[in-house]
Amino acid sequence: MLAKLRDKDARRGLLLITPTMLWMIGLLIIPLILVVITSFGQRDPNGNVIYTFTLENYIRLAGISAEGFDPLYLNILTGSLLLAFQTTALVILIGYPLAYFVARAPLKQRNLLLFLILVPLWTNFVIRIYAWIMLLRKTGVINSLLGWLLGLVGIQFTPFDMYPSSGAVLVGMIYEFLPFMILPMYTSLEKIDPALYEAAADLGANAISTFFRVTLPLSAPGMVAGTILVFIPVMGTFIVSDILGGRTEILVGNLIQRQFLDARDPAFGSAASIILMVMTLAVTIFYARRFGFGDEVIAP
Amino acid sequence: MPEFAVELRNVSKRFPGPSGEIVTAVNNVNMQIKDGEFFSMLGPSGCGKTTSLRMIAGFELPTDGDVLIHGKPMGQTPPYQRPVNTVFQNYALFPHMTIGQNVAFGLEMKGVPKSEIATRVTEVLAMVRLPNFEKRRTRQMSGGQQQRVALARALVNRPEVLLLDEPLGALDQKLRKEMQLELKTLQREVGITFVFVTHDQEEALTMSDRIAVMSGGVALQIGTANEIYERPNCKFVADFIGEMSFLEGKVTSQNGAVVTVDLEGGLTVQATTDDKLTNGQAVSVAVRPEKMHLKDISLPADANRFIGHVENVVYIGTDTHYAVKLKGGQKLRVREQNDHPGSQPLAQQGDEVTVRFAASAARALTE
Amino acid sequence: MSTRRSPWLTFVSIGVYIFLYAPILVLILFSFNASRTNVTFEGVITQFGPNPPANTSLVTQSACGPFHWFCVLFNNREVVAAARNTLTIALISTICSTIIGTMAALALQRYSFPFKGFSELSLYIPIVIPEIVMGIGILVLFSAVFRFLNGALGLDGDQRLGLGLWTVIISHIAFSVPFVTLVVRARLHGFDKAVEEAAMDLGANEWITFWRVTLPIITPGVLSGGLLAFTLSLDDFVITFFTNGPGSTTLPIYVYGLLRRIITPEVNALSTVWILLVLVVLMISQYLQSREAT
Repeated sequence: MLAKLRDKDARRGLLLITPTMLWMIGLLIIPLILVVITSFGQRDPNGNVIYTFTLENYIRLAGISAEGFDPLYLNILTGSLLLAFQTTALVILIGYPLAYFVARAPLKQRNLLLFLILVPLWTNFVIRIYAWIMLLRKTGVINSLLGWLLGLVGIQFTPFDMYPSSGAVLVGMIYEFLPFMILPMYTSLEKIDPALYEAAADLGANAISTFFRVTLPLSAPGMVAGTILVFIPVMGTFIVSDILGGRTEILVGNLIQRQFLDARDPAFGSAASIILMVMTLAVTIFYARRFGFGDEVIAP
Repeated sequence: MPEFAVELRNVSKRFPGPSGEIVTAVNNVNMQIKDGEFFSMLGPSGCGKTTSLRMIAGFELPTDGDVLIHGKPMGQTPPYQRPVNTVFQNYALFPHMTIGQNVAFGLEMKGVPKSEIATRVTEVLAMVRLPNFEKRRTRQMSGGQQQRVALARALVNRPEVLLLDEPLGALDQKLRKEMQLELKTLQREVGITFVFVTHDQEEALTMSDRIAVMSGGVALQIGTANEIYERPNCKFVADFIGEMSFLEGKVTSQNGAVVTVDLEGGLTVQATTDDKLTNGQAVSVAVRPEKMHLKDISLPADANRFIGHVENVVYIGTDTHYAVKLKGGQKLRVREQNDHPGSQPLAQQGDEVTVRFAASAARALTE
Repeated sequence: MSTRRSPWLTFVSIGVYIFLYAPILVLILFSFNASRTNVTFEGVITQFGPNPPANTSLVTQSACGPFHWFCVLFNNREVVAAARNTLTIALISTICSTIIGTMAALALQRYSFPFKGFSELSLYIPIVIPEIVMGIGILVLFSAVFRFLNGALGLDGDQRLGLGLWTVIISHIAFSVPFVTLVVRARLHGFDKAVEEAAMDLGANEWITFWRVTLPIITPGVLSGGLLAFTLSLDDFVITFFTNGPGSTTLPIYVYGLLRRIITPEVNALSTVWILLVLVVLMISQYLQSREAT
């Protein structure tokens, strides 16, 4: 290695990358290591960490205690997984038609259509969730609108209790992450050589066959890339559930958030974070092994 | 002793290949390029010609040997300190600068005063026939124009040697031919030594004073176009330049420059050679198509005469090519000019013909 | 591709666009709401006149007319402070992350050096771990560091080092750098090295070549990366949530705090301003991109 350092190029490369590495090691790798260490620690009366080695946090997460088996935390974990899968599936279903629509649009319109998808994406996260409160609550826009419409026809309307609820959380999640799925799917749909559609038609395929045998498989990389962009954040989310779900909706993210703020048990929170990270990585790696990373979409 | 403009002394370049093995791009090459000459390095891709050029420019440093420019060893000198300039294959014009700024760049680096820069830029742009192009941008220009800007940018610095790395490769046929002529004329006007790299043998033959034919990192033969064409020193050079027919056989006797070679099928051919060959040695006898005749023209008594059958006749207008098969299975390509009005082919497919050529037209080559 | 467009597809697509924009439009509409409680829409404030007292639920007139809540917003000291923090953090973290991210991109794209694989891998980590894990990780780090420093330097009470503006800035640089590096690397991909050789051939040494040739050519990519870093920082919630302290509140954190209290149309006004800013930035970025394409 020292011989390599004598090489002028290697020295220059190392020099250039050092500041970035300082940040990555200092603010990413060391913190992660610290979290692992902390997860084996305990809590002192002030809410600070006692650095020792104990598995009690993990045992607690597994629900095993002196009183027997309590699936509370496991339910939270599975709840988060379920929400992540539901969100991903629905986002693909809702987003695909739009991605297809834009990919087939004439070139001049495409830029505008894409721009329109980007605007909500770049609007702040928190603000967009607030918008859904306004829409979904008992006295919110949707209920008011429905009440007014039905009132015109003389029907008495009891407002839907949509907020706070787990349904609201799902809707919020879908709204948040829809653009993240649409854009990669659009990219891979757009890359499909138009000649392939002509070839399929020439060989006797109608619109439906062409879609299932040509379009869908070729747009798969986009769905894969989008899934990775959606699944990971949803697993770790806490704001959407905090705001739209009320006190009853607890995801792993909320659990962690509360450990660090309210309950002040960083050790327990760290353990939960490690479990979250391991679960997320496990699903991602399994998924990537089977379907790839969709790099064909990300690297133009 | 007059210095050579460029000298490569026992230059080798080795570097690690993709799977960790050592690749020898240039293998113990010696070249002496004279002042004021138009010198070409010719060969197929991967032969080491570009690497050699880059070593003169300073973008690569030799693993062994020396590069000298006007007698001065270059050693580890970086490119920006060498008295040479390069015209790159894809021109490498600076996209963010105007044409004028591009051309002025080298002069700026040297610290030439602004007023002088302006004059010299105008001058050189006129010389490459792009007058008043200073304010234009590279994006607005055609391939041929960009090429001339690249030339101007290099020449304005009055380098001791100008290096050109396949500069005409990206141009279409017609433009290429025009540029070949322009470059040659320019070189004569300016008088600078040009070192020109190409894989196109016609180009090299047309433009160069001398040519170095390279293959596999080795300079096989260095000489004028005539020397290389008429007296190739090995099979590769013979085959690479122009068209050639080969007769494989073994030496039976040598008398000075004339050597007798036994061929398959009991045939014997008289050829010439510059080397000392031993009896029984395997050689390839190389003959140019235009030096062989089906017509009964006057040749010395000891000229070669073979009887064969015509396999194929190709009429090209200016001449006719005949593919002839000899008794021993050897194939010859004979070229006869259609120099009479209303010329007809001398033979048809299947005809028996006699192929004639002088011993001096046949070269015995060892590898 | 066949130009026959199924009307069903168009219908569904328009539906999705409505789904995407309905919340935003509602937000903007309500920023002109005459009702202070903001529960239902009571119409736009139409009359100009002196501001009503703070306890009236229906605002019928205002010194700023329909833009009443925008005026309240700009006079809100907390909002202004939060906005200033947000901008400061974004500017400083963008400049830093752009510089070191570009350096990293150059290193990774052009040189080989020991631990290069490790460097590349570590740049992918922020992308594959949930943001909350990164957030609490940094929090744990800072907690431990401050605990140690405070103990070692004997600081106490108000003197204690803690979370604040600089902890946020440092954290923002950490998550921005991988993105800047990615963007600049993508640009370096198509870079023709012959141009640098040409400069050296003409007498420029490595330093001059970098400043006069390389940098001008990669500048659009660097600017793109910088823009991305800026937007990521402006928008960030999770990391900021775990690393901010007293006096370093940013706008997203402020809004989040408001959501737990009384929600007046002021929040909507803030949202509207934000959306407009985003629109402007996006249009500039589109314009820059289209110019680059020619």
